[in-house]
Amino acid sequence: MTRRVPITRTVFLLIALTLGAAVMIAPFLYMISTSLKGQIYVLDVPPQFIPKQPTLQNYIDAWQSNNFALYFANSLIVAVATTIGTALISAMFAYALARFSFRGRSVAFYAVLIMLMVPGLMLIIPQFILATKLGLRNSLPGLVFVYIATSLPLNVFLLRGFFEQLPRELEDAVLIDGGNHFTVFFRVALPLSTPALATVAIFSFLFSWDEFTWALTAIDDMAKRTLPVAIATFQGQYVTQWGLVFAASLIAIIPVIIIFVALQRFFIKGLTAGAVRG
Amino acid sequence: MTSASRTGRFTPYIFLLPGALLFTTFMIYPLADAFRISLLDWKIMPGAVSPFVGAENYARAFNDPIFWQALKNTLLYAAITVPAQMALAMLVAVALDVVPRGRVIFRTLFYLPVITSWVVVALLFRYLFDASEGGIINFLLMALGLAKEPIAWLREPGSAMFAIMALGVWKGIGWSMVIFLAALQTIPPELHEAAEIDGATSAQRFFGITLPLLRPTIVFVMVTLLIGGFNVFISIYLMTGGGPLHRTESILTYMYDQAFNQLQFGYAAALSYILAIIVFLVSALQIKFLRSPTEM
Repeated sequence: MTRRVPITRTVFLLIALTLGAAVMIAPFLYMISTSLKGQIYVLDVPPQFIPKQPTLQNYIDAWQSNNFALYFANSLIVAVATTIGTALISAMFAYALARFSFRGRSVAFYAVLIMLMVPGLMLIIPQFILATKLGLRNSLPGLVFVYIATSLPLNVFLLRGFFEQLPRELEDAVLIDGGNHFTVFFRVALPLSTPALATVAIFSFLFSWDEFTWALTAIDDMAKRTLPVAIATFQGQYVTQWGLVFAASLIAIIPVIIIFVALQRFFIKGLTAGAVRG
Repeated sequence: MTSASRTGRFTPYIFLLPGALLFTTFMIYPLADAFRISLLDWKIMPGAVSPFVGAENYARAFNDPIFWQALKNTLLYAAITVPAQMALAMLVAVALDVVPRGRVIFRTLFYLPVITSWVVVALLFRYLFDASEGGIINFLLMALGLAKEPIAWLREPGSAMFAIMALGVWKGIGWSMVIFLAALQTIPPELHEAAEIDGATSAQRFFGITLPLLRPTIVFVMVTLLIGGFNVFISIYLMTGGGPLHRTESILTYMYDQAFNQLQFGYAAALSYILAIIVFLVSALQIKFLRSPTEM
């Protein structure tokens, strides 16, 4: 795998990579630093890279003010519901495409394919009108339905490819033993697809946890806000209390980073699935 | 196709049903409805009749200088951020491909901006590009003698677009890099070794071996990034709101403003269809350059 590279070049590359990584990380470090500063220090001249009087007050204020705990809970409910819904519904859809021949199969396939190319935001006006008609404005289910529908095309493609590669023998054995296709799906296909499902789950969790525009548009009721909307309005609401904004942001980022670092291998696999083989 | 005879006639449809229901209701129907709305002079009052105006909303776009400004900004954003991300990502990926250790930690660090929500990074860049002397970018530029006084970054169209693009590139490098790196690692090392024995320099090997083998991956990344670039929204919405005087507007920020601030749903729907056609053409190019996407 690794070719032998002269040691001087390795050292040079490592230094260059470290500098590059520093540029990527510096804004985050500065955000952490600012979140630990009192408001009077956030635009101090010269800037304090390391806060002279670090305080956790911003975190306490962020968590206690403005129903932040409620927004966190809303985001969590939406993200968990979207993740479970997307994984199950995309898997069922993908399984039908991968394992059955039926009338309308190619229509379903091409509908999904075309929707992969449609910019999500272009549907926001009709979605807004529809959600109003169906009574789905200001409701967390209204967010979840749209999120599942939005993430369906990509995940169907990912899972369909995976299901097609599963050996059929195990499934046939269950069918011969008198099981039906639902037993096959739940007892054989899904358990064998854990890596692909993990990828789908991670992507849908992050997507719904971070989604901003639909949540901003569909929700007016403050009690139904999710974190990204809450953080964005935090910024507009006060004469930008940067320490507070970043403390809130960091609270929102932490679950994402934990998930990414813990499940990185599924993540990378899913990202590169379509791209590299293509 | 199906292995067992036990498949009931309706079984496949039961598997499709939940997905098809959500997908049709919240994606397919809105896609058709957006087109219908774009042909109407939409009245938001409940019960009011929205008169059919044909292509008038589309014609309006072509005569609207702000639309042209938004289109220009969108194309400029894509034209600058896409090659910049790809070139930087390729440099990092090639370096990571040959370093003996540290690959996972570097990959994680470069990927961190990708997984962070647009809302957070847009607000973060607003703060970094703050107009005052205490804004970190201004402070560094002045400390290095590159600026004499603080720059009002987000209040001038040119410098505001620069800050918006800087965010786009910074946030996007990690994604392309991960895909390039995965593709690089599928290249058999023997190819490079053989070329090395034949006396090829590393530049010759990069352009002679690596780039041609990576062509499908490069096209895929380019098209995905172009589509992402055309859809630039949250960063502009939160950093400048399209201002000053619509000068940093993108198609989507302008569409959103027309829809939800001006309540011009018909015109906004037409704007979104114009963007969709541009994106569709780019995607069609992908299908032309890559093999059929069904094989992906």
